[in-house]
Amino acid sequence: MHDLTPLCALGGAEPHTDKVAGVTLTETPGHTLASVAARLGQEDACTKHLGTLLGSEAPGVGSWVRSEPISAFWTGPDQWMLSAPYDTHEDLAAQLTAHFGATAAITEQTDAWVWFDMQGDGVEQVMQLCANIDIEKMPVGAAARSVIHYMGVYVLRSAPDALTILGGRSSAGSLHHALLTAMRSAL
Amino acid sequence: MIINHPLLGPRDSSEFVYLGDACLINRPDWQADDALEQFIEYGHTRDNPAGLHRELWYHEQGDRSWLVVTRNTVTHEITQVELARDVARAEGRSK
Amino acid sequence: MSQKNRLDGGLIDRSEAWSFRFDSQYYKGHKGDTLASALLANGVRLMGRSFKYHRPRGPMTAGSEEPNAIVELREGARKEPNTRATTIELYDGLRANSQNRWPSLTFDAMAVNDLLSNFFAAGFYYKTFMWPAAFWEKVYEPIIRRAAGLGSLSLQDDPDGYDKGFLHCDLLIIGGGPAGLAAALTAGESGARVILCDEDFLVGGRLNLETYAVGGMSGAAWAAETVARLQAMPNVRVMPRTTVIGAFDHGVYGAVERVSDHLAVPEDGKPRQILWRITSKRALLCAGATERPIVFENNDRPGIMQASAVRAYANRWATTPAKQVAIFTNNDDGHRTASDLVARGVEVVSVIDTRAEAPTSSDYDVVAGGVIDQTWGRLGLSQIEVKMPKGGIRRIKCGALGVSGGWNPNVHLTCHQGGRPVWNEALAAFVPSATLPPGMTVAGAANGVFSTHGALQSGADGAKAILADLGIKASAPALPEAEDTPVKITPFWHVKTAKRAWVDQQNDVTAKDIKLAHQENYVSVEHLKRYTTLGMATDQGKTSNIAGLAIMAEVAGKAIPQVGTTMFRPPYTPTAMGVFAGRAWGMEVRPTRLTPSHNWAKEQGAVFTEAGLWLRAQWYPKPGETHWRESCDREVMQTRKSVGICDVTSLGKIDVQGADAAGFLNKVYCNGMAKLPVGKVRYGLMLREDGIVMDDGTAARLAEDHFVVTTTTAKAVPVYRHLEFVRQCLYPDMDVQLISTTEAWAQFSVAGPKSRKLLEKIVDDGMDLSNEAFPFMACAEITICGGLRARLFRISFSGELAYEIAVPTRYGDALVRRLMQAGEEFDVVPYGLEALNVMRIEKGHVTGNELNGTTTALNLGMGRMVSKAKDSIGSKLSERPGLNEPDSLKLVGLKPVNPDHKVPAGAHLMTKGDKVTASNDQGYVTSACYSPNLGCHIALGFLKSGDTRIGETIRLVSPLTGVDHEVEVVSPHFFDPEGERLRA
Repeated sequence: MHDLTPLCALGGAEPHTDKVAGVTLTETPGHTLASVAARLGQEDACTKHLGTLLGSEAPGVGSWVRSEPISAFWTGPDQWMLSAPYDTHEDLAAQLTAHFGATAAITEQTDAWVWFDMQGDGVEQVMQLCANIDIEKMPVGAAARSVIHYMGVYVLRSAPDALTILGGRSSAGSLHHALLTAMRSAL
Repeated sequence: MIINHPLLGPRDSSEFVYLGDACLINRPDWQADDALEQFIEYGHTRDNPAGLHRELWYHEQGDRSWLVVTRNTVTHEITQVELARDVARAEGRSK
Repeated sequence: MSQKNRLDGGLIDRSEAWSFRFDSQYYKGHKGDTLASALLANGVRLMGRSFKYHRPRGPMTAGSEEPNAIVELREGARKEPNTRATTIELYDGLRANSQNRWPSLTFDAMAVNDLLSNFFAAGFYYKTFMWPAAFWEKVYEPIIRRAAGLGSLSLQDDPDGYDKGFLHCDLLIIGGGPAGLAAALTAGESGARVILCDEDFLVGGRLNLETYAVGGMSGAAWAAETVARLQAMPNVRVMPRTTVIGAFDHGVYGAVERVSDHLAVPEDGKPRQILWRITSKRALLCAGATERPIVFENNDRPGIMQASAVRAYANRWATTPAKQVAIFTNNDDGHRTASDLVARGVEVVSVIDTRAEAPTSSDYDVVAGGVIDQTWGRLGLSQIEVKMPKGGIRRIKCGALGVSGGWNPNVHLTCHQGGRPVWNEALAAFVPSATLPPGMTVAGAANGVFSTHGALQSGADGAKAILADLGIKASAPALPEAEDTPVKITPFWHVKTAKRAWVDQQNDVTAKDIKLAHQENYVSVEHLKRYTTLGMATDQGKTSNIAGLAIMAEVAGKAIPQVGTTMFRPPYTPTAMGVFAGRAWGMEVRPTRLTPSHNWAKEQGAVFTEAGLWLRAQWYPKPGETHWRESCDREVMQTRKSVGICDVTSLGKIDVQGADAAGFLNKVYCNGMAKLPVGKVRYGLMLREDGIVMDDGTAARLAEDHFVVTTTTAKAVPVYRHLEFVRQCLYPDMDVQLISTTEAWAQFSVAGPKSRKLLEKIVDDGMDLSNEAFPFMACAEITICGGLRARLFRISFSGELAYEIAVPTRYGDALVRRLMQAGEEFDVVPYGLEALNVMRIEKGHVTGNELNGTTTALNLGMGRMVSKAKDSIGSKLSERPGLNEPDSLKLVGLKPVNPDHKVPAGAHLMTKGDKVTASNDQGYVTSACYSPNLGCHIALGFLKSGDTRIGETIRLVSPLTGVDHEVEVVSPHFFDPEGERLRA
């Protein structure tokens, strides 16, 4: 076991939490991420492997399938982002490489992203000040890529009153500022 | 503008990056006898229609698909949106 | 001061009296007042001075079309000039000041312009200030700017926040009058997603301003009840205080919501305004209509207003501009104002109707077939002179005059995508044409349907048609009973005998100016507009354009539709710049990207610089160092002597996988990549298809079907885009998968003769870093510090024995601390971008300065890298003759002949003895620095046939900065040209 100490995306040793009115914004470092892209001609096999892994259909366009321990959302044609608990799946990419074999290209994405969870009454109003997505029409389990203040993000609907927002890790501070400003403004 | 993405449905054009004429898909054969002339034509000569125009848009802040969008340059009306990869295949770029 | 002109009733809340200040005077008003209505209630008609002649002006309207009553609202940093008093919602403690006057509103010294009006007619600037040319900027313009103008800026940062937001709906309804409310009810009850925007703080449009009954109750009561019903529907969003400012492509609308403008200061964290981008499937324009004036002599005195505005002030705001009011009209609607005023207890002294067959009344005197030919009253109307139909004149004392010239549908948004309104003879007005923005339809008065019943019906019908179009089953709410009075109008635009009759009151354009423009052959209506400035003020001619067109048509002997209209463009009403900026100002103008070692570098006191969006350490000053060069030189010398560490995370990293990954890279790099062995890295040059260099970087082969490609920091995004283009559009059946991994890995350069020794202390057992086992350009996936996964690349930008080591980003901070700790025994030094730049120039490595979008591989001295044995992007067009002239630019090194001289980047190169002219240009300097290793300034640059001119002394010039001295052309590889150090 190595002895290096990790930092959270916002730069702290511990994850950051903010609360405005009834909405909580939490930096959530406890996920590993890996991208899965089907190899040419292996699209069906890859989709099937993904389904097996999730215990359900692989997520289609714009959707997010949450299961234990691995969840997946659609990111592009024959491409998905998979997540799992960091504590048990730090080597997610390696595990997936073994699972998918020659049907997919797997790339570790864990630290490419900052993961925010936003929960409470009014998350839709907050998102309406952030991204040009029709948040009112996004059901639980929907996934959309969009832009918040010039930053590319994924917005995932985890519950009627909860959203997950993934943004580039290097601009985590700017994204946090944007989300928090919108919360103060909308709530 | 709103681009009706073949997979994702209507998306705001601010999520896209524009490249230009979809004729860029038809990259010449480098071994043709007149390859240099063909490449000069490919690289530099464009129609500039007042009307329907097939053009390449990249969904950079989306699913990263390249699209072929048929747009009326006078009215901005968009009449067709296709995945560029499908277009490329249909236009014989598979090998 | 008492509210001497306050009437009974109205839609104001009298439970509290609010205090406000206009100029130096305090007044009282109520919740529900506008600044204009409150001032009128207090007997104040004079609210501003005109733009050019400084004539006293009062409100002409009761809405957003106001040309005259524009003031500076608030004070200090929040001061906002040119704000319409007619739309300013009163709040307790409001402060406003009149503008464009000196020393005071009642005595304005600049009103002398009015006496000189003969000199200030249309085209006056063009004709008068032509000579001498130099006088324009220094003499004329400053004088004119001081004399003619609008409000003043605070010159301070705006303390308020502005948001941008995004809404989506099936149906956007623009305007909440009878048509808009009926449409919203219809669509809302049918389950459609509806957004209803209204610019007023009280939704209802003219229902709030009129007295007639709607469904057995007052129009205002019906509006309030309907708004409450709509607000209770979850699928309807009612947005008061929200102006739709523009109609854009494909159903996108811009709307400004004034969230906090009715408060003295926005609540903590709340925005002042929000710019909404509304994506709609359909839109129904219910923007109503604007009453237009009649042009007559001295028609601009405070107290002379739209008749409908006088009525609105009386009905909604329970105020009148004066106790005695006269009406001047060419249509029946003017009479409605008269009756309403009588009902409110205001004395109507006369109704002057231009029509011989005007209706008569038992409540007030009517002069049928009369016109007004003069008015009096210096700071406010006191008397009018009526030219009687049978000859003779009659003078009537009055403090206000309501003018009704008919109504113009508010067609503005129908024109935002090129539509031109069409003339309707019966209404004597322009109505929307069939060429509307796609998805838009128009209802109510905006479509020329002026009765209340008609508006309600047309709104409901409009909504039904849209619902059918969207496939939504319409439920049809019962419409209330309402008046259905037909329009009766005989057009009358202006009193022809008038000498000083104002068409555009905000820009001080008179009927005479328009005639003069015609006389001087300005035939096109667009030219008329620019020559006279008609309609070019902040009100965009909402009340003036039509009279201007009518007068122009008359003098040209044409019909109004032949003259046509000017183009309406967004925004519909004046819009604060701040709302367009939103949150993007100051440091928030774009995101900031931080490197994984940012916290640590900050602790070291690093000075940061912006590299694209990234903040990168530029140098690390030590105590006692007072100049950046001291720090930089030390970092360079120490790295070359022992070992240095630099965060290079910002370089783009793209994962390229697939059976065809190697073949794919062969297409995008001009040099061969297919045969790169696993475990090796190769430098690669990417060309644009036109043969110009796009970017450079490295490709590391981690497995047969797996590469990691690096890009420069600046080109990470465009290169990724380009690779996707090549993959999807050019080679759709290659098995290649691409994904960016830039952010996933923290990457550090460890450079210098002791770098191997340093890394040996952290790599895990079994990793042999010896030159034999891990030679120059090797790469491997390894573990460090007892098991952390890492990637190691033996590549060198500095020219030293060097490595780049990458770990998952969250460990970047820990890694740099560990490297520094482990490197203590070697006096390890962190180095910043400056030192990195010095070392690469010493080594002759190129960056963005050399890959500047104009240079080819040949220019860079890498012509041979462009493989002829394969096809790659750009290889063919790099053969273009123009890129292969015998005297092509070549990368060279430059050293000053006098070692004290600098070799500044941007300076140009001339052959000795040649005159300094562009045609003699031999090349230019791209990168320059002081080299602590060579002890002098050095530079890289491009020189014609540079590769054959090594040793030549050449002239370096920069006429702009006064540089002119000699430099020697040398190899670009100043330092360790054989590369012994990096292979050590």
